[in-house]
Amino acid sequence: MLNWMTTARTASSSTASSPRPVRPHATARSMYRLHHLLEPNAAYRQLATWLEARPRLQRLFTRAEKGVKKEIFGCRMCGQCALPVTGYACPMTCPKQLRNGPCGGVGADGSCEVYPEQRCVWVIGIERARGQGHVTDLHLLQRPVDHRLWEQSSWIQYWQGRDEDLWTQT
Amino acid sequence: MTPADPGGRFRSTLESGAFTVTAEVGPPRGADAEALVRKVTPLRDLVTAVNITDNQGATVRLSSWAGSLAVMAAGVEPIMQLTCRDSNRIALQASLLGAAAMGIPNILVMTGDHPRFGDHPGAKPVFDMDSVQLLMTARTMRDEGRLLSGRELKPPPRWFLGSVENPSAPPLDFRAIRLRKKIGAGAQFIQTQYMFDVALFARFMAQVRDLGLDERCYILAGVGPVCSLRALSHMQNGVPGLRIPDDVARRIRSVPEDRIAEEGVSICAEIIGELRQIPGVAGVHVMAMGNEHRIPAILERAGFQPRPPASIAGAGNDHAH
Repeated sequence: MLNWMTTARTASSSTASSPRPVRPHATARSMYRLHHLLEPNAAYRQLATWLEARPRLQRLFTRAEKGVKKEIFGCRMCGQCALPVTGYACPMTCPKQLRNGPCGGVGADGSCEVYPEQRCVWVIGIERARGQGHVTDLHLLQRPVDHRLWEQSSWIQYWQGRDEDLWTQT
Repeated sequence: MTPADPGGRFRSTLESGAFTVTAEVGPPRGADAEALVRKVTPLRDLVTAVNITDNQGATVRLSSWAGSLAVMAAGVEPIMQLTCRDSNRIALQASLLGAAAMGIPNILVMTGDHPRFGDHPGAKPVFDMDSVQLLMTARTMRDEGRLLSGRELKPPPRWFLGSVENPSAPPLDFRAIRLRKKIGAGAQFIQTQYMFDVALFARFMAQVRDLGLDERCYILAGVGPVCSLRALSHMQNGVPGLRIPDDVARRIRSVPEDRIAEEGVSICAEIIGELRQIPGVAGVHVMAMGNEHRIPAILERAGFQPRPPASIAGAGNDHAH
């Protein structure tokens, strides 16, 4: 079995163009619960608007988001978070950055094709989503990433309702 | 053939309900299309269409669009492969338009092997889109006449659109769902990775039928011969996601070295016979990895007759310039 801590540490040494799969450091169950607390409402929208008017605070907020999400998910700050519909395992840590499910190269033991010592992040995500009754999330079609949004806060995007077209029904 | 009519023979054969055979051919490493034409010519009357791979295994070859045009000129219908590995969404859409403009009737989109496994392991892996997103994009271009950006295409491209699936890669019970996703995104046909484990593929097909996917998409099972011990070792260890069951490996190891290729051909023909019995399988896709000259023997042993040459007419190579 993989050691979670080692996985997270090696993640920081992955290259920008070939990330390494990261097993999240938080249970899927706790993340689905937390998600309810972060759901957009008037207060969050106001906070997001307030932050966007204050570039220095916004940078601080974004840095904090990055710190937390990097520690837990190996977040690379694509700025358009798919975690709520991928079992809270980050698809951007897939070496091919696939957002619509695992490639055909997954090893018989569930290992990543590119980094065989790691487990495929989609195998992890599917297990986590299934375990929490979120299997239909995986049927959604994920649209291509907007590369202008890297290094931006996905929480602000989410609260402002700007990421509503990230995925669509089959 | 006009851009409005993608009617290749591959599509019409599948639509007729006939068991359809395709083959896969890798373009050469070199500036010589003749080498490719020499490989596909013996297949002309045996298979319905030939896949022209796109830098297979992340190794540089003559490009798949150029290879497709070369085989079309030789009277063979191409299925042009296009991977997400080497191009961003701008170049991918440009390739799709170019293929349609030149009359290439079939496109197969796939994510592609990671550059790490190829001859330029230091290359930038692009993966700007994944295969599902590229399918969605291609379908939007064709059916809505729009680019991903929303800009209008005049005229819109026409092709028969397919993708791949690997039923033997984990999570096994997710593969049919992923296939449904690809069909939802626009896949009209699917060719699978090598299927040496027929029982596993039969289980996959049962899930496919339960989801009604065989009614929405033509599924061609991937097959191929193991022609040497080196090939066996490469296929077991060097090809991501490919699995060879122990009984097949044992059978290949049990014959003298000079008879391995023949045994590989027999096994492949037997597997085709078994796959043919599985409900919902529209055909087989033969991948011979450098042993294309053995494809006629495989098909003959599997009981396929060459098509009468007359049926080649109108194979989709009469594009006007």
